[in-house]
Amino acid sequence: MLLTQVSVPQVSVPFSPEQASTFAPHVDALYAYLLLITIFFSTLITLLLVVFAVKYRRRQPDEVPRPISGSMVLELTWTIVPLLIAMTIFVWGASTYFKAYRVPHQAMEVYVVAKQWMWKFQHQTGQREINELHVPVGARVKLTMTTEDVIHSLYVPAFRIKQDVVPGRYTQLWFEATKTGSYYLFCAEYCGTNHSGMGGHVIVMEPTAYEQWLAGGAGAESAAAQGQKLFQERGCASCHQTDPAGQQGRGPTLYGLFGKQQAIEGDGTVAVDESYIRESILDPQAKLALGFQPIMPTFRNQVNEEQILQLIAYIRSLGQPQGGESGGTAQGGGGTTTGPTTGGASPTTERSNPLAPTSPRQGNPSPQLPPRVGQGGAANANRRQ
Amino acid sequence: MSNELTATDARAHEWRSRFPTVNYLNADYGIKSWLLTKDHKRIALLYLVSVTFFFLIGGAYAGAIRLELLTPQGDLVQSQTYNKLFTHHGIMMVFFFLIPSIPATLGNFLVPMMIGAKDLAFPRINLLSWYIYMLGGVLTFSALLFGGVDTGWTFYVPYSTNFSNTYVVLAGLGIFINGFSSILTGLNFIVTIHTMRAPGMTWFRLPLFIWSHYATSLIFILGTPVIAITILLIALERLAHVGIFDPALGGDPVLFQHMFWFYSHPAVYIMILPAMGVVSELIATHTRKPIFGYSFVAFSSLAIAIFGFLVWGHHLFVSSQSVYAGMIFSLISFVVAIPSAVKVFNWTATMYKGSISYDTPMLYAFAFIGLFTIGGMTGVMLAALGFDVHVTDTYFVVAHFHYIMVGGAMMGYLGGLHNWWPKITGRMYPEGWGRFAALVVFVGFNLTFFPQFLLGYMGMPRRYHAYPADVPLWQVLHVMSTAGASILGIGLLIPGVYFLWSMRYGRFAPANPWPATGLEWRTPSPPPTENFAVTPVVTWEAYEYRPVEEMRVIGPGESAEQAAGVQPPLDRAET
Repeated sequence: MLLTQVSVPQVSVPFSPEQASTFAPHVDALYAYLLLITIFFSTLITLLLVVFAVKYRRRQPDEVPRPISGSMVLELTWTIVPLLIAMTIFVWGASTYFKAYRVPHQAMEVYVVAKQWMWKFQHQTGQREINELHVPVGARVKLTMTTEDVIHSLYVPAFRIKQDVVPGRYTQLWFEATKTGSYYLFCAEYCGTNHSGMGGHVIVMEPTAYEQWLAGGAGAESAAAQGQKLFQERGCASCHQTDPAGQQGRGPTLYGLFGKQQAIEGDGTVAVDESYIRESILDPQAKLALGFQPIMPTFRNQVNEEQILQLIAYIRSLGQPQGGESGGTAQGGGGTTTGPTTGGASPTTERSNPLAPTSPRQGNPSPQLPPRVGQGGAANANRRQ
Repeated sequence: MSNELTATDARAHEWRSRFPTVNYLNADYGIKSWLLTKDHKRIALLYLVSVTFFFLIGGAYAGAIRLELLTPQGDLVQSQTYNKLFTHHGIMMVFFFLIPSIPATLGNFLVPMMIGAKDLAFPRINLLSWYIYMLGGVLTFSALLFGGVDTGWTFYVPYSTNFSNTYVVLAGLGIFINGFSSILTGLNFIVTIHTMRAPGMTWFRLPLFIWSHYATSLIFILGTPVIAITILLIALERLAHVGIFDPALGGDPVLFQHMFWFYSHPAVYIMILPAMGVVSELIATHTRKPIFGYSFVAFSSLAIAIFGFLVWGHHLFVSSQSVYAGMIFSLISFVVAIPSAVKVFNWTATMYKGSISYDTPMLYAFAFIGLFTIGGMTGVMLAALGFDVHVTDTYFVVAHFHYIMVGGAMMGYLGGLHNWWPKITGRMYPEGWGRFAALVVFVGFNLTFFPQFLLGYMGMPRRYHAYPADVPLWQVLHVMSTAGASILGIGLLIPGVYFLWSMRYGRFAPANPWPATGLEWRTPSPPPTENFAVTPVVTWEAYEYRPVEEMRVIGPGESAEQAAGVQPPLDRAET
């Protein structure tokens, strides 16, 4: 993945949307390379056609040219050379993609629930938006997305990113906006009658303005706090212990569970991530935690996708995995969590992430929003217990 | 040119007097003689009429789409109507025009003639395939008339299974039934090509049209059952909620996309491979040279058919498919581009030192090579993962596949129709009008679809009924595209008019008007029902122009270049 480390020259391609994310210049540079190759071959073929058509036009109705049957040298040349060029495109394209879909560990997290025909965003601090997403410039933002109905696709042309939002699973997308402004947000996967109306804006703000905007929504409970409320309302607490010191209930203790490997009935283990929690709420017996009875009822149709995300935010906030058994989450297009994370505007901080994914968050809550909220939720939980 | 016309006229009348005038068109009369025919040539004409009908329907939908997009607001039709328009356009064009167009018309007509056979191996099955096609077409078309479908031609779940309130099952049933027509046609071609070649017609003497139809038939047989199963599962899911695709019942909606594209990507090659075969014939005929690198062109068709089955995942790069699967599909997609490139280079090289005519079929061949190159190269761009993320599901993709399907398959079809029109009808089409229409089609096509590349990179998503008015250039580009579509529409109507005209008023066509070397040209125009008075014995290679013409024109022994002391650099060693 050497190419991802190479700094990409600033290319501006004609007829392209604004470059407003760290990812955009990479895509535009790749586009420029592809355009050059395409123009070269199209021009070559067109020129040859025109020259031959003029030079070897039929001059007499009866003329017959000498046959030329072929040339092995030429055949090999125009097989191997295009193949080599295609491989350079493959490597470049794949490395750009890899970077886009490797979700960084440390990022401001936003939950996205799509439905016909709107985008619902929930910040960890609790603010909710519809068809508008406010984000600070220069911060990595990670979207965890699902849908209440059909497949949608979140597309921000100025960021050059797109990810389908699929019912029944979480997909993730991340970006780092580089320019303040308002950018179009579209649904790119056909989703029914008002598909073309399912859009809005991503509003990229200076960090201070963003803080003000967040403060404007004061009074909103954090996602984790809302999740905690649900946790009590739905009676989850009667079986699931949330206090590390408390006695194991009929269900697994949830404190510090998120991000760990959970042994399950049958064979093997499963990473406790957003998908596993979602599945365990909707289909509890699918991957039953080892040593527990299959007594949990399904909560399908009792909690909606947004509420599930709030419950996840709450469970996440119940302590963080210690000792780095498994950092972060792996889901959907996100790939695995092993190996160095690449790309981004600050590769040095990136590279240190997998080694100590959790300690900076807990030790220093101020720079990142999610941990601050999460710990608040955890503290509350402890008090109540 | 006028001299040439008189000469061919004279030859035509000579043929007319020397051969009995009974041919497949006038051997029998009456509607029954057509509807119960077992003659592959008549069945080809049945297909020609029905395919043209569905093309006109699909074209009308396209016109309505382009009119709506003239303005950013969704003002001409409602969004639900718009969604039906593009769905109907796609379904009609893909399943009922593009897939059967060349194989079922030109292929049906030419495969037996080119190999020196009297008919296809299973004439009754051939007729059956047309009835199945019509049944499927009528069912699907009635679904569109009763109220339509709004799922897009791709039928993505769970929209098509759990949400769409339209005639999904009926339209799907038509497509399901239609698939059997493709399978039977493919089966017929494969058996015919294997077992019914004339004496001396070895595999490497076959016209490249046959090779490409052989490859197409393989895809018909191997791919079509998968779309049939997929559509069946959609119907089951809609009617019985079996839970194959529904996540609430433990299903996987992305599985549908895998199954759908496992057929529908090879289906793209069903559309383009026969057109490639046509173009090989056109270029050989209208440059009077054998195709450069015959065996490479022949095997590239098979390579495309095989590799085409391994690249479906490149439609799923943003679908939540794993990153690593995406990389493998991307890699194989680059590999499948190479045989297409090989073809383009070989066609171009064939023109080198040829005798290139500017007749209408050759103009379409030029258009094909140019437009297919752009369509193919933009396909290579889309195979690049990081780039595809931005442009997939935008107008960039729309432009790309129209360059392949209209710029490629459609140009091949039109070129082929012109090239074999004299053989099919026994009449010449008006050459001047033909060239004019080809030019109009070329200009109209590019004006329609080139702006869509720009729209796509600028971020305009596809299947949008309305679009933001404040993005600079979007409306300008849409207006250009609609203007181009109008020109393209006119350009496509002109051949319709003069083809009909020529059937009554066109000049008599000689047996071999171009002249070309294929067996189909060594029998009268139009051919007799049994194709050949006696079974031909083939003693020459494909596209062998030398023996007849060169003896007459250049004189025996040496070519013009050798006489002038010039050694052609690309000459083959063994001659």
